Amino acid sequence: MARNVSRRSFVKFSGLAAAGMGGASILAGCGGSSSSNGDKTIKIGVLGPYSGDVAQYGLACRYGADLYFEQNPKIGDYTVELNEQDEKGDATEAVNAYNKMVEEGVVGIVGDVTSTPTIAVAQASANDGVPCVTPSATAADVVTFGDNTFRACVTDPFQGKLIADFAAKQGWKTVGSIYNSGDDYSTGVQKAFVEECAAKGVSTPDNLQLGYSAGDVFFKTQLTTIISAGVDAIFSPNYYSDDGKIISQARQQGYTGPVFGVDGWSNIASGGYATASELQNCYYCCSFIANNDDEKVKKFVSDYEAKYNETPTNFCALGYDAAMVLAEGIKVALDGGAKPDDKDFVDKAVAGIAGNKVSGVTGDISFNGTGDPEKSSLIISFDADGKEVVFGSIEA
Amino acid sequence: MTVLAQLLNGLQLGSVYALIALGYTMVYGIILLLNFAHGDIIMVGAYISWIALAQLGLHPIVAAILAVAGCTLLGVLIDKVAYAPLRNAPRLSILITAIGVSYFLENGAQLVFGADAKVVPAFTDITTIQVGDVTLYFTAILTIAVTAVSTIVLNLLVQKTKLGKAMRAVSEDMGAARLMGINVNNTISFTFAVGSALAGIGAVLYSMAYTQATPTMGIMLGTKAFVAAVLGGIGSIPGAVIGGLLVGMAEVLVSALGFPVWKDAVVYLLLIIVLIFRPTGILGRTMNEKV
Amino acid sequence: MEEDMNAEKKPYITTSAARRDRGEHGRKTLSMPVRYAINGVLVLLFLVLGELMIDGGVISRYQSTVIEQVGVYIIMAVSLNIATGYLGQLPLGHAGFMSVGGYSCALFIMKMAPVFGLTSRTISAGGPEVVLLVALGLLFGGACSALAGLVIGIPALRLKGDYLAIITLGFAEIIRVVMLNIDGVLGFELTGGAKGLTGIPGYTNFLNTFVVVAIALFLIHTMMKSRHGRAILAIRDNEIAAEASGVNTTYYKTMAFVVSAFWAGVAGGLYAGCIGVMAPSKFGFMKSIEILVMVVLGGMGSMLGSVLSATVLTILPEALRAFSDYRMVVYAIVLILVMIFRPQGLLGTYDFSLSRVIERVMNHDYPWKKRAAKEVQENA
Repeated sequence: MARNVSRRSFVKFSGLAAAGMGGASILAGCGGSSSSNGDKTIKIGVLGPYSGDVAQYGLACRYGADLYFEQNPKIGDYTVELNEQDEKGDATEAVNAYNKMVEEGVVGIVGDVTSTPTIAVAQASANDGVPCVTPSATAADVVTFGDNTFRACVTDPFQGKLIADFAAKQGWKTVGSIYNSGDDYSTGVQKAFVEECAAKGVSTPDNLQLGYSAGDVFFKTQLTTIISAGVDAIFSPNYYSDDGKIISQARQQGYTGPVFGVDGWSNIASGGYATASELQNCYYCCSFIANNDDEKVKKFVSDYEAKYNETPTNFCALGYDAAMVLAEGIKVALDGGAKPDDKDFVDKAVAGIAGNKVSGVTGDISFNGTGDPEKSSLIISFDADGKEVVFGSIEA
Repeated sequence: MTVLAQLLNGLQLGSVYALIALGYTMVYGIILLLNFAHGDIIMVGAYISWIALAQLGLHPIVAAILAVAGCTLLGVLIDKVAYAPLRNAPRLSILITAIGVSYFLENGAQLVFGADAKVVPAFTDITTIQVGDVTLYFTAILTIAVTAVSTIVLNLLVQKTKLGKAMRAVSEDMGAARLMGINVNNTISFTFAVGSALAGIGAVLYSMAYTQATPTMGIMLGTKAFVAAVLGGIGSIPGAVIGGLLVGMAEVLVSALGFPVWKDAVVYLLLIIVLIFRPTGILGRTMNEKV
Repeated sequence: MEEDMNAEKKPYITTSAARRDRGEHGRKTLSMPVRYAINGVLVLLFLVLGELMIDGGVISRYQSTVIEQVGVYIIMAVSLNIATGYLGQLPLGHAGFMSVGGYSCALFIMKMAPVFGLTSRTISAGGPEVVLLVALGLLFGGACSALAGLVIGIPALRLKGDYLAIITLGFAEIIRVVMLNIDGVLGFELTGGAKGLTGIPGYTNFLNTFVVVAIALFLIHTMMKSRHGRAILAIRDNEIAAEASGVNTTYYKTMAFVVSAFWAGVAGGLYAGCIGVMAPSKFGFMKSIEILVMVVLGGMGSMLGSVLSATVLTILPEALRAFSDYRMVVYAIVLILVMIFRPQGLLGTYDFSLSRVIERVMNHDYPWKKRAAKEVQENA
């Protein structure tokens, strides 16, 4: 057994280590805060998970927002100063980070990214009224806690409804679902999908709506049940890494029918999560696709590729649009004569966002009295090489 | 037909658990350590496959050998660095250390590779084998075959070879084994090497079947295999296989009956019930406590 | 094998006869009421000072939220310490109790608020009804969690060491799966499933958190100094010997486990009010490990150790946001290093006692005096 360290020397050592880390963090802090140069500045927060399990979504949104503020470094006469905080996908950390930002004087926040932390922030911020524009938190009740929370994306129920309409239009009679029952996004979409299917006359038998647990990799049991029941299509409203496995395993079982999902799929082809042959006869709905002829989208994609050297995903575009919604809303408030130091500035900014209409890269975004935008959506399918192509569009 | 297909699903899932459970059981049998990091060694193995295949573009067989070798080395290294200094420490300390190692590997991988899943390219183009009018998945058959072979080889190793004799002696009484001239440290290292090599084989099979590597993939896999090992009677080689198949079959059965969301709860419930009635698992030895 | 956890053991009970034998007859001591009064005044001072600083704006809201979380984790660590440090078992499902307590407390308060004529806004404002409601809610959360602890403890405690660890892990997973899927079975919305329970009123504040912390520390301390506590320690030191000496081991093991679960439930209730959202995925294995790290680092069996490490490990990540990527890796390395070099943790089983210090001062019995005397002896 190793030598036992005495309590005294252990305390000494720990103290030294802690002091060292503290010192380093102070130095790091100094490096970061040397940007003010006497100009009029306005502080904007960017909040999301930049480490941890869901870091990929947080980083994508942040890159999008960063790109926007790089292209638009000023709102009115004010220079934007970004305050970016990592919350690791955790509600507790998100509330702490939010409080910290508000204390440091931000007048608006682009964030949070995933649903549970965003709800926590929405509840915490309802009393302050600081405008928060989330790029991607799709859970229905995110915007219900106060009128200061907005989102750039559409909600889970809205997407579920949209894709159910698509299924009805395709003439699919019976649909089985496989969804992550541990994830609010998957369960929210699936629930709305089933409800809308009932209204549209698409049959979704209860015994074919099968969940799985977060972390599962083996979907063949559920797929065997669904496929052997002879369904017309399989609905997989999950994130791309799971969807890829689901599609592969369904194809391995000899199923060639359609598999479809929602915007969680958006990285499935570019990331190689399923092969081109497996992706034949697959569809998903999404408001953004990099391979689009729209001028605005083309410019965004080329700018993004120039800055980050990778193709933007749906999350990057939503981050960009969320930043735009916030900045334009604040501009309305500034144009109305308000000053960032005013006590009621945040309320004016909220009003500015609520009454404004911006045309972002994921479509036109306006809010009709709620924090939810009304947006049309694209239906995307895959060509023979596995590249994403626009299959059609669905109006809200 | 559906019943047969589901049985095969259960067998495939169960054999993966069994293969990993064998690793747990080997290590536990010798030094009574629940190696929490075992699942994470598989994760590292999957990343090695990814680096070898996707980044370096090596031949699949070379990649598989690299993954197994990497896991073996990692297992021995973990033993030398983290567990060896605690050989005579209380069990609680070693258990906590094992949790620490597991935590370290997961978060280290997240730091190095990021949280996003990495796609491991296919090892082989063969996906199905046609036997008469029954289609069999290649990976499923391979997994079942490898598990069966590993079980037999392990049993022979432990029962028939000199090293196996040394392993059994160390597991019986470490002090007495030392007095009999057995190099206890080498024997334990060898056990870790065997256990981790099994994890490496598991990693290769996993990458073939599921084609993705994520930092957290070891948690679910490790926990389930761990449950399988405890269920079967930890320390017993046939027990691990029985436990693995039982867990796999139970999961598939619950899912096939239409309650897939409850399958994890059922597996843990099964474990609890078995442990209540047989506190050392199905095939476990009961050990009398000395005062 | 667990028995040799702590190499150096001091007798926990010093009889007056033993004291006389050591020639400490003339030693001045403080009577119990005085001891309690001193500690009570200090706690009151701390609470009043803290509240004044928050009201006066010296402590910002960000800081006070973090301080509330420190309080929650102090209770979590101290309660796990009962099962780990005092009882000598390794339960890996403490987060499960936290979630049971959190959900039941939050649901109780949300459902009962209309009965008390309160809305979520008036709850944050305070008042006597709010105090009663929150107290009842926390008790309810603690009771539900204690019930879960009883259900889990009876089968789990039949097993030893590793098996107990794995079975508690299994139970915590079952709790998580139930929280996730119970709505589908019940047919109405209770826990909110995967999206979590939202809209929990912010009933947690500095004052009620630390009042609960003080109560928890006091009750756990007195329990451990009582007959029951000594029985629990005896089981840790040697279960067979304890049983042979007439300690009802099953009863005391279950009791320690249930008390541990109760306080975890109360902490969960405070957590729910502090964050406002409960999601099942946040109470997995990782959360249990995080709390275990606090206990292990502070010293298994030391209340002060648990309090200190819970405080440091909650504040440190906030203070070191710049290093957040490395935090978890550093946690893991620290855990391994502590186990290798100081397996009994920072403080071992040492606990601070203010009364002991005061008594030493009263008796002019300073540590340096002893050292000086020793040196004199050596020189002579």
